[in-house]
Amino acid sequence: MNFQFLGDHFVSLTVTGLTQGAIYALVALGYTLVYGVLRLINFAHSEVFMIGTFVTTIIWAGLGFSVGDAAPGTLGVIGLIVIAMIAAGAASGATALVVERVAYRPLRKRNAPSLIFLISAIGASVALSEAVGALTDRQPRGMPTLVVPKVQFSFLGADVTNLQLGIFFSALAMMIGLDIFINRTRLGRGVRAVAQNPDVAALMGVNKDRIIMLIFILGGAMAGAAAVLYDIKVGLTTYSVGFLLGIKAFTAAVLGGIGNLRGALLGGLLLGVVENYGAGVFGNQWMDVVAFMMLVVVLLFRPTGLLGESLGRARA
Amino acid sequence: MSEQLAEREPLLEVDDVTIKFGGVVALNGVDFTLYKGEILGLIGPNGAGKTTCFNTITGVARPTTGTIRFRGEKVVGKKRFQITRMGIARTFQNIRLFPEMTALENVLVGADARHKTSVVGALFRLYRVRVKPEELTEVTATGGMTRLAQQLSRTGQRFFGLSRHILEERAARAKGMELLQLVGIEGRAGELARNLAYGEQRRLEIARALATEPHLLCLDEPAAGFNPAEKESLLALIRKIRDTGVSILLIEHDMRLVMGVTDRIVVLEFGKKIAEGSPSEVRDNPAVIAAYLGVPTDAA
Repeated sequence: MNFQFLGDHFVSLTVTGLTQGAIYALVALGYTLVYGVLRLINFAHSEVFMIGTFVTTIIWAGLGFSVGDAAPGTLGVIGLIVIAMIAAGAASGATALVVERVAYRPLRKRNAPSLIFLISAIGASVALSEAVGALTDRQPRGMPTLVVPKVQFSFLGADVTNLQLGIFFSALAMMIGLDIFINRTRLGRGVRAVAQNPDVAALMGVNKDRIIMLIFILGGAMAGAAAVLYDIKVGLTTYSVGFLLGIKAFTAAVLGGIGNLRGALLGGLLLGVVENYGAGVFGNQWMDVVAFMMLVVVLLFRPTGLLGESLGRARA
Repeated sequence: MSEQLAEREPLLEVDDVTIKFGGVVALNGVDFTLYKGEILGLIGPNGAGKTTCFNTITGVARPTTGTIRFRGEKVVGKKRFQITRMGIARTFQNIRLFPEMTALENVLVGADARHKTSVVGALFRLYRVRVKPEELTEVTATGGMTRLAQQLSRTGQRFFGLSRHILEERAARAKGMELLQLVGIEGRAGELARNLAYGEQRRLEIARALATEPHLLCLDEPAAGFNPAEKESLLALIRKIRDTGVSILLIEHDMRLVMGVTDRIVVLEFGKKIAEGSPSEVRDNPAVIAAYLGVPTDAA
């Protein structure tokens, strides 16, 4: 155990952890939205993210930027990222919607017990991941290095790069946007109404099916945006990329209080930071062990997560 | 009074409705008509099928046989949110608010049923309309950047108009406050529904139902748990609502309240209609007395 290392690199481990945590948090929103409204754990959400990582590379390759190509100027890079966000957001949102239509809605119409939804979710997840695996011959797919990490400034002895700043603040901006949408707008009001009491919401004129479509699209779009950030950060994707990241994001959602949007943000950032500390102290191979141990410990003391399940806490 | 009503326009027509849950017959060939502008009471001993009747009208339960028409249009088979949009609203015997929303937000959920902008329109706010001078945002700050921002936004609105979505939202908020005022809890608009007192929650349910702009308001035991003073003010509220042009279907156990406010009463027992008529006719009906008091020698 190397506590000396943790002490020496505390701030820089925190910065790296926050960057990774921001991506977890964005993906966690998808789990939390669907759970908040339907009390359903959408295990296929990890593959919705995976689809986004592939669409990003395909779009970039289509625009003439494949592995090894030099990045265009700053404006060009921003343009590529924005285009990728729109395309991946749309593709992931559409995938999420297809999963809901094919794997969940028919069950909902037949009032299936919740265990059946869980199996259906796992089935959808495996089907998507294996389909992409087959299509890509299980080969990883690379992409150009669009952003070369460059130190922008030093903070308490830790170097902060442009890449870290960009990922953290764009993720934060999207989450704040979603939070405003849910808490301040008419459609968001409908989402909260269905989350808190679906039957009464329907009797008050809320179109429940439309709200459910909306949350799948929103969660999917957030996962798509996270996929672009992931691609920029890692530079490589493969058909199984969603598995571990999906579980981490789900952990983040549970950690913060599943069903709670701000909980997803807090849980994601905390998970990213703590697993990085763990890697610093015990070595990289222990990173995931530390992450999940923390989940167990937190849930022992706060079974509904750090902030509680607020989107629909008091469902009858 | 009944003869007069018969000539009036029927609003809700329940025709020979039967519901079976397994072997249990919850409603058995019930028929009655509610006329426009009327307060109709629905009474009967516990388990008589009153709430089932409500559930059928609002689309929660589906009749095994029989039809329900509202303003001449078939109700059976429609989805719940569609029935609400046709103009039937209800409150619940056991209060069912959105607990984690403020009182005003609860009302706004009801009002949203009447909005016209689509999902896409609400997201991108493309459809803009000219606004009248009084609809522009007011410049209230006395100085500094806030005042400048307010002036800029006002000028922007004058030239480009406002999105219809924002106008609708503002109108809904104003109307929501009016409704909270009508039921007498406007001072609690910003409070979370779960923190409201019991009586306030009952009143909020009525305001939320009215926000859907119903032609017919169905009240399921609105006076449950009220003291005599609260019942008195509820009575006044129900009359006030009727005077705004909303017809009312009322389930209530409190006989004094029912007799005092309704125009006509339908009595159910074991899922069957056993009497119908004016309050005084119903009160003197032997079948009703038997249903409520059982064997006359042992009256409670």
